[in-house]
Amino acid sequence: MTDQTTKPPAPFERGLTPCPDCAEREVMIYPRFERLWHWSQAASIMILMFTGLGMNGVHNLISFELAVRLHTLVALALLLLWVFATFWLFTTGNYKVFLPRVVGLFAVARYYAFGVFKGEHHPYQKSLGQRLNPLQALAYAALKTVIFPLVWGSGLVYLTYNFWETLPNAPFWLEVVANIHLAVAYIVAGFVILHVYLLTIGHSFREGVRPMVVGTETVALTPEQEAYLERHETWRLVD
Amino acid sequence: MRRFGLRAAGLAAIIGLVGAFGAAAQDSAPQISESTTDHSKLKELQKDFASGPEVTEACLSCHTEAATQVKHSVHWKWEFENPSTGQLLGKSHVVNSFCGNVASNEPRCTSCHVGYGWTDMSEPPPAQDAAVDCLVCHDTSGQYAKLDSAAGHPPMEAKGKTITGADAWAVDLKKAAQSVGQPTRENCGSCHFYGGGGDNVKHGDLSSALYHPPLDVDVHMSEDGENFTCETCHHSDKHVFAGSRYDVQAMDLEGTGKPGMMRKDVATCESCHGNSPHDAFSVTGMKLNDHVDRVACQTCHIPSFARGGIATKTRWDWSTAGKMDEHGHPLHLNEYTQGDGKELHTYLATKGDFEYGENVVPYYAWFNGQVEYTATDQVIDPTQVVEINRIEGSPDDGRSRIWPFKRMEGRQAYDSGLNHLVYSNVWGPTTDTAYWTNFDWAKAIEAGMKAAGAEYSGEYGFVDTYMYWPITHMVAPAEDAVACRECHAQDGRMAGLAGVYMPGSNPTSRGALIGIAFFLAMASGVLLHTVIRVVARGGKGGMNHD
Repeated sequence: MTDQTTKPPAPFERGLTPCPDCAEREVMIYPRFERLWHWSQAASIMILMFTGLGMNGVHNLISFELAVRLHTLVALALLLLWVFATFWLFTTGNYKVFLPRVVGLFAVARYYAFGVFKGEHHPYQKSLGQRLNPLQALAYAALKTVIFPLVWGSGLVYLTYNFWETLPNAPFWLEVVANIHLAVAYIVAGFVILHVYLLTIGHSFREGVRPMVVGTETVALTPEQEAYLERHETWRLVD
Repeated sequence: MRRFGLRAAGLAAIIGLVGAFGAAAQDSAPQISESTTDHSKLKELQKDFASGPEVTEACLSCHTEAATQVKHSVHWKWEFENPSTGQLLGKSHVVNSFCGNVASNEPRCTSCHVGYGWTDMSEPPPAQDAAVDCLVCHDTSGQYAKLDSAAGHPPMEAKGKTITGADAWAVDLKKAAQSVGQPTRENCGSCHFYGGGGDNVKHGDLSSALYHPPLDVDVHMSEDGENFTCETCHHSDKHVFAGSRYDVQAMDLEGTGKPGMMRKDVATCESCHGNSPHDAFSVTGMKLNDHVDRVACQTCHIPSFARGGIATKTRWDWSTAGKMDEHGHPLHLNEYTQGDGKELHTYLATKGDFEYGENVVPYYAWFNGQVEYTATDQVIDPTQVVEINRIEGSPDDGRSRIWPFKRMEGRQAYDSGLNHLVYSNVWGPTTDTAYWTNFDWAKAIEAGMKAAGAEYSGEYGFVDTYMYWPITHMVAPAEDAVACRECHAQDGRMAGLAGVYMPGSNPTSRGALIGIAFFLAMASGVLLHTVIRVVARGGKGGMNHD
């Protein structure tokens, strides 16, 4: 990755302009840990949705007892994973891909609102350093800093009711916590729908999922990046 | 003579040895009585007793303090001053929604007294020590009984009925006296299983099914389980027993006490099982342990009462009593068949209409252990259902838990002039006042009120009542415990119980609706986007742009 403090990233690196002398190469974008993180998170969220809806009385496909057990264990496992993931993000500097940025945001938003209907190409070109477009980065930032903390925060408070049930009006506050947990959980479900749907835009659905399975994706590399990878990070280069 | 004596002694010794070896061959260890006394060897008991009190006198000749101890118990006094409410309760004072009251019905009601000859409720029980009935609790011969209307005396001839409703037989008091031992389920059950005048009529969780219950009816009392007697939990000290229905220990924070300590002064589940009885190393166990401070053990572990084939009376409507058949005889109907095949009265001219239930799902309420009775001098509101006893407790008092109850529905006489509950004289085969003999409420109530020394306006009516019976027996095996979903569901078992937020009871709560609104907005946005893409791109949409 480029040193951003000394040299600001070139416009193409931010996905704003096509890169004239770049080579399209298949590069390892999602290392094993990131894929493991993504898919175990996806499976966990599915289990949490299923068991949560069961506990909430929406369906009766699972006993309440089993639903509570699964929901609790999977939620705690996911929280542990998030601890590791957060550590990984900050130690590797990968957290930067999730930082929201304004430049290019409008173009992407405009594309989803109009361009896509006219068959335009996606205005954002993935690069080695910026695999998320500005809208994606904004969405993930909101998810990670607002939505998820609300879910796991309310979930932990909910789970540990017995430690605070002696507070005044505890049953009322429990109801509040439960309702927050529930409301935000439904928003996460909405996000899942959106997330999957967006895979159908731009490339085929299959093409969209593939990088997260095999880890590699075709991105534009500058000659300098290419040379660097070939010398120092050959494991990233697939072809 | 002397030689013969020696020879006889030698022969006897040989026979004795052979006998001993024979016994040893059958049973490796010699049979040793658990008790240090074999009562069949006591000379005091080698006589044909003519009455219960005669047996008691023999008992007291060795057990000199026994009568004094018994006379300090609720079993004897039928009186209980509630230390929390100050109310004077006990069988000698309260009115219930079954046969009503003891006063004026003595020899019938006092047939279950732990004594002999208490025939007047306005007087204390008989003063003489020999009036204590030792055998009703300590007979283990199984053939001692009390007559159903002889103020506690046993049948000395095969005439009449016993307190369990069986045809009476002549009891062998000598055999009974020589058999005495620790009380068994049969001893306690002969009275307590038949409260209210029949098998399981009153409590709902105390029936003859508990003499030899299968494991699924009672894990503690079953011979296939722990084979507990009543006293295993209701431990006694100086003939006074742990456990009270008037002053219940609804929450036991002490648990088992210090390590190795046996708590024998309480009859709570916690005194054996502790305060975190579920597996603390599993999610389910931890969550269940989180429940125990708010939910009584009984609430989950007694999924229903009146199990084991014996129904309990769930409704008793006195107001319809008195109907005669076409021949002018008192009408009776047997239209309920309980699990063990026995037909039960659904109408009796003497008592009115009955309803029964088996495997009854309890009524649940916050309970701090206090039961407040509606005394006969309290003004009631006859337009409402009157609670004969009120279950005290709230989610906020820090000492209540959610308990299961049998809620008995009744319709019974009251003083419509003073708006008081009334005592009534129902039993009295030879009187002209008893309702069961004369079918005249005016006389029956007047006689009952007079016997109880209570004020009566002379006017009566009938009022709907509830009476609550805490459910604590018939603990089911763990796998039969109430499933989480029984409560954690819409219209679950605790629907409507105040002070509870029940997860899972409301899938359309405010938070859920807000969340669903967001979800639908996002999902319909996606749908709309798809439609526009499909329409705008003539079927190809943006699905594939390359």
